[in-house]
Amino acid sequence: MALLEIKNLHATVDDKPILNGLDLTIGGGEVHAIMGPNGSGKSTLSYVLSGREGYVVTEGEVLFDGKNLLEMEADERAREGVFLAFQYPVEIPGVTSITFLRTAVNAVRKHHGESPFDAMDFVKYIREKASGLNVSDDMLKRAVNTGFSGGEKKRMEILQMSALDPKLAILDETDSGLDIDALKIVADGVNAMRSDERGLLVITHYQRLLDYIVPDHVHVLAKGRIVKSGGKDLAVELEKTGYAEFLEDAA
Amino acid sequence: MAADAEALEQVRTIGEQYKYGFVTDIESEFAPKGLNEDIVRFISKKKEEPEWMLEWRLKAYRHWLTMEEPKWQKPQYPAIDYQDSYYYAAPKSGDKPKSLDEVDPQLLEVYEKLGIPLREQEVLAGVEGAPAIAVDAVFDSVSVATTYKAKLEEQGIIFCSISEAVREHPELVKQYLGSVVPYSDNYFATLNSAVFTDGSFVYIPKGKRCPMELSTYFRINAENTGQFERTLIIADEGSYVSYLEGCTAPQRDENQLHAAVVELVTLDDAEIKYSTVQNWYPGDETGKGGIYNFVTKRAACRGKNSKVSWTQVETGSAITWKYPSCILQGDNSVGEFYSVAITNNAQLADTGTKMIHIGKNTRSRIISKGISAGNADQTYRGLVRVQRGANGARNYTQCDSLLIGDKCGAHTVPYIESQNPSAQVEHEATTSRIGDDQLFYCRQRGMDEEEAVALIVNGFCKEVMQTLPMEFAVEAQKLVGISLEGSVG
Ligand SMILES: Nc1ncnc2c1ncn2[C@@H]1O[C@H](COP(=O)(O)OP(=O)(O)OP(=O)(O)O)[C@@H](O)[C@H]1O
Ligand SMILES: [Mg+2]
Repeated sequence: MALLEIKNLHATVDDKPILNGLDLTIGGGEVHAIMGPNGSGKSTLSYVLSGREGYVVTEGEVLFDGKNLLEMEADERAREGVFLAFQYPVEIPGVTSITFLRTAVNAVRKHHGESPFDAMDFVKYIREKASGLNVSDDMLKRAVNTGFSGGEKKRMEILQMSALDPKLAILDETDSGLDIDALKIVADGVNAMRSDERGLLVITHYQRLLDYIVPDHVHVLAKGRIVKSGGKDLAVELEKTGYAEFLEDAA
Repeated sequence: MAADAEALEQVRTIGEQYKYGFVTDIESEFAPKGLNEDIVRFISKKKEEPEWMLEWRLKAYRHWLTMEEPKWQKPQYPAIDYQDSYYYAAPKSGDKPKSLDEVDPQLLEVYEKLGIPLREQEVLAGVEGAPAIAVDAVFDSVSVATTYKAKLEEQGIIFCSISEAVREHPELVKQYLGSVVPYSDNYFATLNSAVFTDGSFVYIPKGKRCPMELSTYFRINAENTGQFERTLIIADEGSYVSYLEGCTAPQRDENQLHAAVVELVTLDDAEIKYSTVQNWYPGDETGKGGIYNFVTKRAACRGKNSKVSWTQVETGSAITWKYPSCILQGDNSVGEFYSVAITNNAQLADTGTKMIHIGKNTRSRIISKGISAGNADQTYRGLVRVQRGANGARNYTQCDSLLIGDKCGAHTVPYIESQNPSAQVEHEATTSRIGDDQLFYCRQRGMDEEEAVALIVNGFCKEVMQTLPMEFAVEAQKLVGISLEGSVG
């Protein structure tokens, strides 16, 4: 059984159709990359999968671990193991990153019948993960994403992913805004999480990221549908040709 | 261990006797409904007060008769019939719930979330006969309180009920009672002056730093909170005390109207930190049955370099109306006001502070965080007055409002009166809403909606929460979440 099965997905935002019959299957252990022109519906797909309000599914189904994902509330999906690294991480003033992380991790642990981390244990747990991502104690003490640089925000997203240990992680343009060193740190962090059970859906505009996080499959999303799929070479090809051909086809 | 069991047994027996005695006492201590001079005399007599105290009460009562109930504040409430209330009476037992089964299940839910043991729940919910049931809870708190008291006495610190202070320390009470809030101050304070029956008295002698937080919590468990509480705290030269009022458990009361008075006095180089968590019963979703909380709290920073800090977390009551204030008389004295006010459903709150700068180089700082949800309405009303002689006075005010949903309201009404050109007065105000993007971000990380709201709101109030004593802060954070339940979605 596949980890994630999306069949003929149609979704609207403010009554405007954005996804128009999207099919995609991700198996455990697989890394899929989605590329596509601006406005083609990549972020929309990530929001539909993670259950954001206002993103209305009008047709199709999504199975996650065999369960009907679309029936679940956003927080339930998260606790079940769907993680979204945001294209634009959100600031929460006054809430320290470490408190935020602990609240999140404990919510997921509770869901799985595990005992919550107390403050001391959690510091140990998170420090270990943070050091690999070059996230300092100082950053953990600052308010969530508040005043973080673009690169710091993205590293914090990956730290959250690593702390929450999801079954399916969707990374929405996690590479954008990263300098070369940060890109490597983030990619190493993601690669460290590759496992036989976990599925990864990497949304990106640049083939460069895929040199570090090597995908098993690459898909082109245009006008709300997957219009072409291939291996990692497809990304290299797209870098040369661009998306013109798909936009004409779909029009 | 055996000794403990014996002590417990003894207390249990005493508890039984007490319960019995209490019933007979009710008959004889019952004052009829209504308010008149005889009632005032009756109260004074029951409290075994000296003549001067009675005279003061009567002066207040006579003055009250000439006053009109204020109408300027934002909250409108149904008229209170002052002649239809008891001013000295044990609550009628017939009106009390017979067991927890009869208590509003929503209230019980809150107790459970706060982790309050069943027996204490009964006391808080006012279940008939509960004090006897909760005998060991009372026993615990009494013994703790007694240990505290001995330790405090060693240092010359006085911490007792106001009635005891009137009898045992008349010279202090006479000197300071009404010196900050005069009996003629305002309608509710004047009423309080005439009929107050309970409250705390604290005196910290020169140069002493009170070694522990003083808390009303123990006293509340042992006695019932009064409808008209009167608290007086005096910090003598160079002394320091931190005082905690209230507790986080929602408290129900037979009496709808609560009109307390709190007076604080700091002499040279002294400091008082006064923290309140107020969680009176707010009533049901429509506000029915909730408490009206009309309180007068005022501090006089009389001495040079003295300081008073008010911190309040207000989540309860149907209607709250209070303005903890500082009169900065001493040169270089400092007044601070940190406030979190949460109103949900049909709650109304009109709160704020007054900082009166009289001495030179006096400073004040006001941080107010208002959170409104449901149909609630909230007003921040603050006055900063700089008098002619207050050279170099400075004030900083920051008022932030957070709205949850689109049916609630928040208003900010700052009054600034400066008669001294060297004064610096700064005011900043913001209004924001909890963003859908923030909520979704939290939920995407696994938190349910209520947890997410609590986290975001606690972040919003952090600056104020940080000023609370540690244990209090933890409870207050939980309380923020609980009082906003059901406010989203
Ligand atoms: N709230 C909204 N109301 C109306 N249209 C919306 C809304 N949100 C997104 N859209 C539209 O949906 C389309 C897809 O947007 P989406 O963000 O999914 O694109 P994307 O593929 O992630 O683009 P990018 O590469 O720029 O991140 C765009 O045309 C966008 O304008
Ligand atoms: Mg996007």
